[in-house]
Amino acid sequence: MSGTYYLSTERLSVGYGGKALIENIEIGVRRGEILTLIGPNGSGKSTILKSMIKELKLVAGTVVLDGRDMQGLKEREIAKRLAIVMTERIKGELMTCWDVASTGRYPYTGRLGLLTNEDRAIVDAAIRTVHAEDFAQQPFNEISDGQRQRILLARAICQQPEIIVLDEPTSFLDVRHKLELLDILKTMVKERDVAVIMSLHELDLAEKVSDRVVCVAHNRIDRCDTPENIFKDDYITSLYGIENGSFNALFGSVELKKTPGAPQVFVIGGGGSGIPAYRALQRNGVPFAAGILPKSDLDYPVARALAVELIEVSAFAAADEKTAAAAEARMKAIGRVVSTVETFGETNAANRRLYETAKANGLLCTLDAVLKGVDA
Amino acid sequence: MHADGARTGISQRTRLTLGFAFLCAALIALMFWNIVAGSAELTLSEVFDGLFHAASPHRAIVMNARMVRIVPAILLGGALALSGFLLQTFFANPIAGPFILGISSGAKLVLSITMIAFLSRGVAVGSVTLIAASFLGAMLSMGFVLAISAKVKRMSMLVICGVMIGYICSAITEFVIRFADDSNIVKLHDWAMGSFASIKWDNVAVMTAVVLPALVITFFMSKPIGAYQLGEVYAKNLGVNIKAFRIALILLSGVLSACVTAFAGPISFVGVAVPHLMRRLFKTAKPIVMIPACFLGGAVFCLLCDLIARTAFAPNELSISSVTAVFGAPIVILVMLRRQKEGAR
Repeated sequence: MSGTYYLSTERLSVGYGGKALIENIEIGVRRGEILTLIGPNGSGKSTILKSMIKELKLVAGTVVLDGRDMQGLKEREIAKRLAIVMTERIKGELMTCWDVASTGRYPYTGRLGLLTNEDRAIVDAAIRTVHAEDFAQQPFNEISDGQRQRILLARAICQQPEIIVLDEPTSFLDVRHKLELLDILKTMVKERDVAVIMSLHELDLAEKVSDRVVCVAHNRIDRCDTPENIFKDDYITSLYGIENGSFNALFGSVELKKTPGAPQVFVIGGGGSGIPAYRALQRNGVPFAAGILPKSDLDYPVARALAVELIEVSAFAAADEKTAAAAEARMKAIGRVVSTVETFGETNAANRRLYETAKANGLLCTLDAVLKGVDA
Repeated sequence: MHADGARTGISQRTRLTLGFAFLCAALIALMFWNIVAGSAELTLSEVFDGLFHAASPHRAIVMNARMVRIVPAILLGGALALSGFLLQTFFANPIAGPFILGISSGAKLVLSITMIAFLSRGVAVGSVTLIAASFLGAMLSMGFVLAISAKVKRMSMLVICGVMIGYICSAITEFVIRFADDSNIVKLHDWAMGSFASIKWDNVAVMTAVVLPALVITFFMSKPIGAYQLGEVYAKNLGVNIKAFRIALILLSGVLSACVTAFAGPISFVGVAVPHLMRRLFKTAKPIVMIPACFLGGAVFCLLCDLIARTAFAPNELSISSVTAVFGAPIVILVMLRRQKEGAR
């Protein structure tokens, strides 16, 4: 831990109507850092953020902004330091995107709120930062969700804040706009040394964009650590109480629950070629066995998540005779084989043997045939 | 990409200039028309003579028959439209207004009770008392509307509840008027239908002292009003003291609509229709434009409606509300249809 927190909480309790939902929250974010809140729906991520921006009354404890208790700070003082992008919809009737962004200048304008040329230049710059030049003059009510979110971020940037608080900024955005938004945030953090605290639903993105991650679950701050330490398969699975599937930390992706039962087909895979087949079988409710996969194989995590039986060997190893023989026996017992691989490298001799045996015994069939067989 | 929009940069400025020029021209034209028109027709030179020469033979008719009605129409029309704009901002609801939300009717109820109480004792009711009673009634209705708005989220529901409050207040007012002396009933009834006819110059002095300061204060609140249009959360983050701001908004809109009801009775639809027309005219919802525009627009609208009320079926006079309703109600329907089409709540 180095550097002091720009925004932090001390023994903070948050909730609604004076009733604490989460107690004793001690989190903080430094400038030049992205802190991300993850956790299941209803765990209280938004409640924490809303309390930190003074939208909700604190149940107990304090929020410290720039070394001072936020309760004692004037609204205007806060406004010059802290900007928000929340989930509430802005109506923006008869306002262009530029107009909406320019409202961020509020804490700096005079009594009548008239914009100076300097203010206009700052708004123009913010519009450029979020790459919104093309639609800056369009009515705010007629743009897409992705564009709207960028304008709201431009609005926050116009406030020239030292911290930006965002509540689920990537919801409703397609993958390209999610990446763009996070990229803009990352740039802001690096180039302007702002602090960012936000909640995210997309674990894969949280893992990649965050400097530190706060896990909110079971009415408490479960953990606060670097993404490397948070994103472990077992921890995420338990954090979200995942029962019908699994989380893969390495890929940052999820798999649905495996189809239980006796395997109806043996899949020879490797090098990533097996993944589509595994998923197709899972979707169609066909229990399957997979092999022979070294733990280092690209197919391995998905096979482990989805296959009812998995014949595996240690990372980067070739299968020994005993394993190969066991795999062959199992394959013959199951009686149907799908191979997603047709050329086999040197360390993959065991799979070549399985493939050839299957071919010789007429066990080999296409994935389509297996899937169609289910329908029949 | 400078200015508030390349696409609208110059044209928006032109639009503002033309818009305000149009409103001012319409105001002056309607003022003259209102002076000229009436049972005793005047020529323009007679009008000028009456306006600027105290000794003129036309002085009495110009000042005491016509101007005494024109000035209140301007002030109260502006006040109504402004009150409507403030309520629309407050409730984030384009069809809110002092009449439609039952606020005018609440003011009317308390006013009737007060007037009957005073008149039955043979005491004249002063302007300040009128405004105070009207304000009390407005705030009572507003209290109900606020309580309801905390429970309902749909804008149409809020409006329906407001209309119901209006009906209840009107029913009680009718009931109360039955208890008045015969001689007062006629006067009360005229006023309860809405009219600029019974206003005196000393009333005008008091309403000026109320309406103009309220207008100036509202204008200087245009910055927080603009922030509030984004929504409460963002306004707060921008540094608006929400609690104080909301109270100020309620008090201002209450004072403005109370003042109208106190002197002219309840006047329908101006508060909803004029802000909407001004948004169309200026293509903006920015309060710094909307506040003066609504005031001017309300003045023009009421001058026009009063002219029609006085002259359409002369020598019989229509109630001002029946004229404003003819113009205003279709506009409200249009706004609702537009919202429906936009798929908004």
